[in-house]
Amino acid sequence: MKPHTFVVTVEDLPGVLNRISSLFRRRNYNIDSLTVGHTERPGVSRMTFVVLTDTPGAERFAANLYKLVNVISVADITNTPAVYRDLAMIKVAAPQERRPEIVHLVEVFRARIVDLSPESLTIEITGGEDKIDGLLDVLRPYGVLEMARTGRLAMTRAARANASAPAPGPVADTHDPQVSYSV
Amino acid sequence: MKRTGAQILWECLVREGVTTVFGYPGGAILPAYDAMLDYPIRHVLVRHEQGATHMADGYARASGRVGVAIATSGPGATNMVTGIATAMMDSVPIVCITGQVGSKLIGSDGFQETDITGVTLPVTKHNYLVTRAQDIGPAVREAFHIASSGRPGPVLIDITKDAQQSSCEFDWEQAAPKPHARPERIVNPDSMATALQLINSAQRPVILAGHGVIVSNASATVREFAERAQIPIAMTLLGIGGIPASHPLNLGMMGMHGEAWVNTAIQEADLLLAFGMRFDDRVTGNLKTYAPNARKVHIDIDPAEIGKNVPVDVGLVGDLGTMLESLLPRVAPGGRDAWLQHINGMKGESAVRDIKNLPDDGHLYAAHVIHDLWRATDGRAIVVTDVGQHQMWEAQYYHHDEPRTLITSGGLGTMGFALPAAIGAKMARPEAEVWVVAGDGGFQMTMPELATIAQEKLDINIAIINNGYLGMVRQWQEFFYERRYAATPLLSPDFVKLAEAFGLAGAAITRRSEVIPAIESARQHAGTVVLEFRVEQEDTVYPMVPAGADLHAMIRRPSPLVETAEDA
Ligand SMILES: Cc1ncc(C[n+]2csc(CCOP(=O)(O)OP(=O)(O)O)c2C)c(N)n1
Ligand SMILES: [Mg+2]
Repeated sequence: MKPHTFVVTVEDLPGVLNRISSLFRRRNYNIDSLTVGHTERPGVSRMTFVVLTDTPGAERFAANLYKLVNVISVADITNTPAVYRDLAMIKVAAPQERRPEIVHLVEVFRARIVDLSPESLTIEITGGEDKIDGLLDVLRPYGVLEMARTGRLAMTRAARANASAPAPGPVADTHDPQVSYSV
Repeated sequence: MKRTGAQILWECLVREGVTTVFGYPGGAILPAYDAMLDYPIRHVLVRHEQGATHMADGYARASGRVGVAIATSGPGATNMVTGIATAMMDSVPIVCITGQVGSKLIGSDGFQETDITGVTLPVTKHNYLVTRAQDIGPAVREAFHIASSGRPGPVLIDITKDAQQSSCEFDWEQAAPKPHARPERIVNPDSMATALQLINSAQRPVILAGHGVIVSNASATVREFAERAQIPIAMTLLGIGGIPASHPLNLGMMGMHGEAWVNTAIQEADLLLAFGMRFDDRVTGNLKTYAPNARKVHIDIDPAEIGKNVPVDVGLVGDLGTMLESLLPRVAPGGRDAWLQHINGMKGESAVRDIKNLPDDGHLYAAHVIHDLWRATDGRAIVVTDVGQHQMWEAQYYHHDEPRTLITSGGLGTMGFALPAAIGAKMARPEAEVWVVAGDGGFQMTMPELATIAQEKLDINIAIINNGYLGMVRQWQEFFYERRYAATPLLSPDFVKLAEAFGLAGAAITRRSEVIPAIESARQHAGTVVLEFRVEQEDTVYPMVPAGADLHAMIRRPSPLVETAEDA
């Protein structure tokens, strides 16, 4: 069992997210993180999932996703070199006398201050989960008032392995009546 | 030319080859019903929408064609859910059409508004909410394709009333299903080679033949494969009929109520060849001790089934028939006499009885009724069963030689299935002799469909196995709850009078000697006959693997009286 990262492209239609979450609920999958957004192609949304499972489980996860008619492609990029990013906004208590320390920490982590008020600072940070967790750890003693995180976004490094293109391998010729596009 | 959405619906259904639909009208589907009169469609008016879905299901299972059910919004649609879930579990291609409130009302809790696409999401292969006339054609065409391709299943199309009423141009060609890209599953030659190597080197292989054998029309290929390699075959409940019961390599049904030699053969096997089956818990028993010495090769069209319940050595994804044809030339012939003899030896052991030799001692046993039904119909009828003890006895004692002749709810185990599914089967294959085998409990769940039979003037014969109990549940109470029969004794109406009230013939049978004559006269009678067999009340289905127990840990037939050796 380890975290598997999937990049899934789906038709951007009402109810598609519901179909996917219904599948996860029904099959008892535990989703660690899920992000959804637009892609470079109109009408296509991209999702990134992190699921804790083993290799056969990951294969079945993909197979189950492919059973959904609105799913275009599924790629398990766990073992593919990829860039992972998470974005967090953290509102931290910051009385005047402690601000310099916080600003220093923000610099060390290459984060940014995006908003401030007399009592607090809002910090934006992007990076891998570890980096964000690291910043959170050092900010906690000051008092984290609020946090919002996107969850993992992923993109494979090789230009070829664009995961939002149809899945690797030959694509079925759907004009052939023998070939089914849904199982 | 402009057409209304309702006209487009029927135009598409007719072009998809639909001649018969099962349904029940109501406000939100009225425009479609009105348009229906102008198309060559036989509409069967059901008595409950659950019946419509089971009829579509029985129609599909009997013929291999897509069955169609139609209902109104709200309660009409929700009544369909059980039938849809039944078809989903057993991979049956049906298309359900429901009316929906006008698109402007959606979300307002309008009269008879139910979010039926939401409700049926987990029990359909796919579903559609159609709010515009121009989207009806593409949805219907795609629905038929999805229902019948790959691993078949139910598809629901929910059409708003205004979409049915408004008009647009309709072009059949343009409504063709749009291509959905899928990675092509090219079978890895290495997997193929490994499978062949496992097959050719196995000493004690067993084929597990599932519903996929029938769905893939692979009966002949599986036989050829088994005969060539001399491999015995065990069937799942839904695999029955896929291989002739009379075939010497066919061991019979496996699993919870499979015969001892079948389950023992599986436990002793060194290779399991799973053909279009899904290792349901009712066939595996305890997974930890399941076929511990066997390597496993799994062929299925659904990749999500590979390794789901049982880890396999090789998984081959694709159409079973095609896959076996490519394996066949490289399968080494025969040479498993010792293994086959060993299994045959188990069949002959004293713990095995054959119902033919079982004296009735003045009792009427359900197993005898089924055995006699098999004899009287030459084993050639389509038998549609309900769920319970009688279902298992049917599977054990009616020996099916043809695919699509046992129609039964396996995965969901839906009581009330038999009568409506038999109506669908009869509509699909009017020339066939169709029998219902139902329990007194399940029969009462959908018995108003007797009126449908009368209205449609169908000739179906019905055997009610009346044991005065929800027998299968009573059996569990007998074994596992100290015979505390909570809510299982069951009062039934006088089934003979009931049949007469519906304008059908009926007879009650209490003695073994009356069984065959009653069946014969029902067969002669033009029209439906309800036969009520008043059988032994506390009879038990043996053998039985308790749920979750080891497959070899069967509860065997208790008394030597009911355990006569086959050759005794
Ligand atoms: C709709 C539904 N409700 C409950 C059950 C649970 N159940 C399984 S078998 C059975 C008893 C069936 O009794 P009957 O129809 O008389 O058949 P018998 O077992 O007596 O042959 C019940 C209640 C079910 N399978 N389906
Ligand atoms: Mg009963």
